[in-house]
Amino acid sequence: MASEPLVELVSVNKHFGALHVLKDINLAIAPGEVVVVIGPSGSGKSTLCRVINRLEGIDSGTITIDGVPLPAEGKELAKLRAEVGMVFQSFNLFAHRTILQNLTLGPVKVRKVAPAVAKEQALALLDRVGVRDQAEKYPAQLSGGQQQRVAIARALALNPKVILFDEPTSALDPEMVGEVLDVMVALAKAGMTMVVVTHEMGFARKAADRVVFMADGQIVEESDPETFFTKPTSARARDFLGRILTH
Amino acid sequence: MLDLVREYDVLGAFWVTVQLTVYAAVGSLVIGTVIAILRVSPVRIFSWAGAMYVNVVRNTPLTLIVFFLFFCLYQLLGWHLAPLSARSSTHAFVWGVVGLSLYHASFVAEALRSGINTVGVGQAEAARSIGLDFGQSLREVILPQAFRGAIAPLGNTMIALTKNTTVVSTIGVAEASYAMKNAIEFSPNVLYLIFAVMSLGFVVLTLPMGVLFTQVSRRLAVQR
Ligand SMILES: Nc1ncnc2c1ncn2[C@@H]1O[C@H](COP(=O)(O)OP(=O)(O)O)[C@@H](O)[C@H]1O
Ligand SMILES: [Mg+2]
Repeated sequence: MASEPLVELVSVNKHFGALHVLKDINLAIAPGEVVVVIGPSGSGKSTLCRVINRLEGIDSGTITIDGVPLPAEGKELAKLRAEVGMVFQSFNLFAHRTILQNLTLGPVKVRKVAPAVAKEQALALLDRVGVRDQAEKYPAQLSGGQQQRVAIARALALNPKVILFDEPTSALDPEMVGEVLDVMVALAKAGMTMVVVTHEMGFARKAADRVVFMADGQIVEESDPETFFTKPTSARARDFLGRILTH
Repeated sequence: MLDLVREYDVLGAFWVTVQLTVYAAVGSLVIGTVIAILRVSPVRIFSWAGAMYVNVVRNTPLTLIVFFLFFCLYQLLGWHLAPLSARSSTHAFVWGVVGLSLYHASFVAEALRSGINTVGVGQAEAARSIGLDFGQSLREVILPQAFRGAIAPLGNTMIALTKNTTVVSTIGVAEASYAMKNAIEFSPNVLYLIFAVMSLGFVVLTLPMGVLFTQVSRRLAVQR
């Protein structure tokens, strides 16, 4: 990799009580890179995402974002979190705020953008993800696919350096998966740095620069998508792919 | 009946009840919100202090709290919350409001905590992930939803507060039940009428409150 990594994890370990969920994770993500994380349920994929913006603390190792180590809890951490967008499986839009207010909250409160400017930018983002006409509605009035597109726009509103996606399409009805993946592919093509936990191979093939396969809290294998899906080297990856492909 | 109302200044007494209720409602909402925030704070000592307050105060009889404030703090130790020159009934009124506020704050805190529990962890995580700090997350995301979820239990607390104001007659605040006691003593011949008038008075105060809280809670309910 030519440039400095944008996100770098060095020897990261994380336990939940006696359970060792992240085992000596080393991962460097270059600016503009799209990394797909794949692996069996319980392998630590969500935890990996959550430690990168420190929704969970780590026991040892270091995590740096654009050269800055993750600060401990406090104002500094809050500021850094705004640089790392996150899209959740269950959308987590603010239920008591309109779609538009969901997008403007961060810019106004964290970035101190003037409300009128934030609104302008929010409407442009809603346009970009195709839900501008829903701006005045509340999250519960939107379909799952629309909510997830709004969640992506909410993350984008802060102009983050990287966006983490934790199974963004797993909670969606099948007919809505496509509309969300389309937005994500467009985002990838536009040069956004992305970490995406997903089992959508179509997305991985179309948009990923690299696939990281996790099992039991470890990175077992990583390669480009084509190689990973056609010629996985580890037995665990072969076994896993065999299972998701026959489904 | 009108004679009775006039003779014992029932309207004036109920006006004192209303004032006690309003001041103590504001006081208990403010204190209760602070306690609720302490309880959900990630700082151990704060959440411990919040839980301690709720458990001690909620399990102490209101009469005990009011007596302690009035006889120990005010009469024995001479703590004055009203100007020294104020009438003794004013001092009793102010201490009564304090006692009612402190006591009902524990119920407000519990109502709010149950409201906070209706707000999913995902909301707090989303708030943090867009860069809001702890205070902003509470103010902008958690508490607005928690208040909406807590309106119904808060309504119950406010209705209980209205009725519990009768306790401060014991330290000499001339509210509704104080007038009632006088009426019973000096007009025992119309005992049933006295009870009817008094309970009617409280129903007139609390029934609209119940209706209002139910309606507001429906109107503001957060759709999920
Ligand atoms: N907050 C938590 N407390 C305790 N155990 C947890 C917690 N979150 C996750 N785990 C456990 O850690 C392991 C990894 O979980 P997770 O990162 O969610 O895996 P994945 O996203 O790959 O399914 C699982 O065994 C899970 O049960
Ligand atoms: Mg997961």
